[in-house]
Amino acid sequence: MKFLKFLFVGIFFGIVLVKSEAVSWYRIFEMFKFQSFHMYGIIGSAVILGVLSVWLLKRLKIKTTEGKEVYLPPKDKGIVRYLLGGSIFGLGWALAGACPGPMYILLGTGVFSMLIVIFGAVLGTFVYGILKPRLPH
Amino acid sequence: MELILKPWPWYISGPLITAVMVFLVYFGKNFGMSSNLRTFCSIGGAGKYADFFRFDWKAQRWNLIVVLGAIIGGFIAVQFLSDGSAIELNPETISDLNQLGFQDVGSALLPAEIYDWQNVLSLKGLLILIGAGFLVGFGTRYAGGCTSGHAITGLSNLQLPSLIAVIGFFIGGLIMTHFLLPLIF
Repeated sequence: MKFLKFLFVGIFFGIVLVKSEAVSWYRIFEMFKFQSFHMYGIIGSAVILGVLSVWLLKRLKIKTTEGKEVYLPPKDKGIVRYLLGGSIFGLGWALAGACPGPMYILLGTGVFSMLIVIFGAVLGTFVYGILKPRLPH
Repeated sequence: MELILKPWPWYISGPLITAVMVFLVYFGKNFGMSSNLRTFCSIGGAGKYADFFRFDWKAQRWNLIVVLGAIIGGFIAVQFLSDGSAIELNPETISDLNQLGFQDVGSALLPAEIYDWQNVLSLKGLLILIGAGFLVGFGTRYAGGCTSGHAITGLSNLQLPSLIAVIGFFIGGLIMTHFLLPLIF
């Protein structure tokens, strides 16, 4: 039962990303070509409202359903890992036209060849885990 | 109902994505889809090979449920909530893609040139999909998050590392779109 709410959030997430066309390869291509406001509007409005929501959640000291204060773990300091890792991610994002959320959603829309991309992503994560001690962070 | 069946405008979609993040934060969790890739590795026994995968993945089960939901959500959206209308792309985008050899641009969510089995089951097709996935998986863990963890959650929490990561997302995306895609296709 306690997992049911996560199932619903996932379903909601999947529906929103399909209906917004944010899962479309073409929309990602168009975004990186700066030929449409659509994706910028989606991400921009999500972030602006997100800043406001997080600020309000903290300000009003809203308790989570687990009875704790709202907490978003801060990211470690650093530049190299974010810039380099981010760029590598960006290369894949623009080629696959899908980031980790949409990969699953697109699988649900019936694109089974996406399983190959997900396999590649798991493999990439595995290789990162192996190389982690030797990479600059 | 007709409004639901049509594609949703950005000013509806963006705030609804915020809602996903807020729900998860309110449930005491975080919005981060790429973490699941690490969980998959751990379930598969990757802990034998690297410390990075030795963590209590069972505490991440809720996130796997979100993934399951996302798959179901994708199914519901195309089966019951879509009218099959084409994506209204910028005509310039369409002609740019036509020049790269892409046909029927925007008639489906994904290009057949990349995702149709006919093209997938060739060496080039397989390399594109595995390679793209690999870059996403490697890059997202190196950067410590993806679009949901950095672009949405991190920026909403005004975290500088997330801003740097998002700048990285764009450096990579721009290089791929402007320089590499024309070489690949």
